Amino acid sequence: MAALIHLALTFGMLSLLAVGGGTAVLPEMQTVLEQQFNIDHTTFVHIYSIGQLAPGPNMLMVLVFGFQVAGMLGAAVVLFSFFLPSSALCLTVGRLWNKIGERPWRRAVQNALEPISIGLMCSGVYAVAKAAVIGPLTLAMAALTLVVLLFTRVNPVYMILGMGVMGAALMHTFGLK
Amino acid sequence: MSDQINLPEAGQDTLKPTATLWQLFKEFLVIGAVSFGGGIMAYERFLLIEKRKWLTVDEFMATLAISQTMPGLNSVNIAVLAGDRLRGTSGAVAAAFGLILPGMIFVLIAGVAYSAGEDHPLVNMLLAGVAAGATGLLTSVTYKIGNQHFKRLKSIAIIAATFVLMSFLKLSLVWVIVIMGPLALFMYRPRAETEPK
Repeated sequence: MAALIHLALTFGMLSLLAVGGGTAVLPEMQTVLEQQFNIDHTTFVHIYSIGQLAPGPNMLMVLVFGFQVAGMLGAAVVLFSFFLPSSALCLTVGRLWNKIGERPWRRAVQNALEPISIGLMCSGVYAVAKAAVIGPLTLAMAALTLVVLLFTRVNPVYMILGMGVMGAALMHTFGLK
Repeated sequence: MSDQINLPEAGQDTLKPTATLWQLFKEFLVIGAVSFGGGIMAYERFLLIEKRKWLTVDEFMATLAISQTMPGLNSVNIAVLAGDRLRGTSGAVAAAFGLILPGMIFVLIAGVAYSAGEDHPLVNMLLAGVAAGATGLLTSVTYKIGNQHFKRLKSIAIIAATFVLMSFLKLSLVWVIVIMGPLALFMYRPRAETEPK
């Protein structure tokens, strides 16, 4: 029970702090999961990566962290605590919005939050890369994926799956990392 | 007073489109199921403006702006706002739930399988490659979203400060936002000339 309440408070807080989308809370999520729920960096990155293969919003893998901590009940608790607070807030503000309309400060708030959220995303890249880039091979594959996704219109899912197969083959055959 | 020509007071309520809860759930469920590899907001835009015409372009842009300003996943926030606009709170729930249901089932099945066999060497090699790919993806998404901001001095300063506070000084996210929020808001405060008269 204590674990469930802890999960609910943790993900409820992350939900309300997820400015500019869920990616902004990745570094914080990784830290909290490691320090308070014993989920190490490698497991975190594996689950995060599996989540990137899923359709729909890109942060649904949070459910798997709930599952790892407290089974299906944990997943359910994370589902509600991660999606309900921010959605309720958005709903409320959306209704107020229709009444008061566009104001210069809304633009100011968004202008101010965007770079913060990008800074947090950079921290997210750093946190994920630290756990995922474990040697020259993984570094080269991450860089290759980046270049391909920046300059072509390949669906990221194919790219990630391709890296999985290619990585496994090279690691298995040559013992690279 | 010509009572036949009764203009509605709020122009946006003219010809308000209708949607059943089932339609909302189903349409967002389809998006939740087919949007592999991101681009989910483009699917939502197509659904809301073109396919069902549930929102006008202006309404969609306002919805987008609110969903980006508020915390939470932007794609979920759009579903919540569009659902609320069409069918109130239950519409918001139907749309948001439809959007996350397919991915939810996917990650739970994959996650349970992963949790059951995480020490298999070949699975670990596969996942190491997948993780390297996901790192590249996250970097490209960050670059594309940040593109405009990486060219503005003010934004670069905020991005760098946020990154250092979070990744090197290891402050908790609450503190990073408490420190950077007011600072960034001050730097981007509305200028006098843009205030309404």
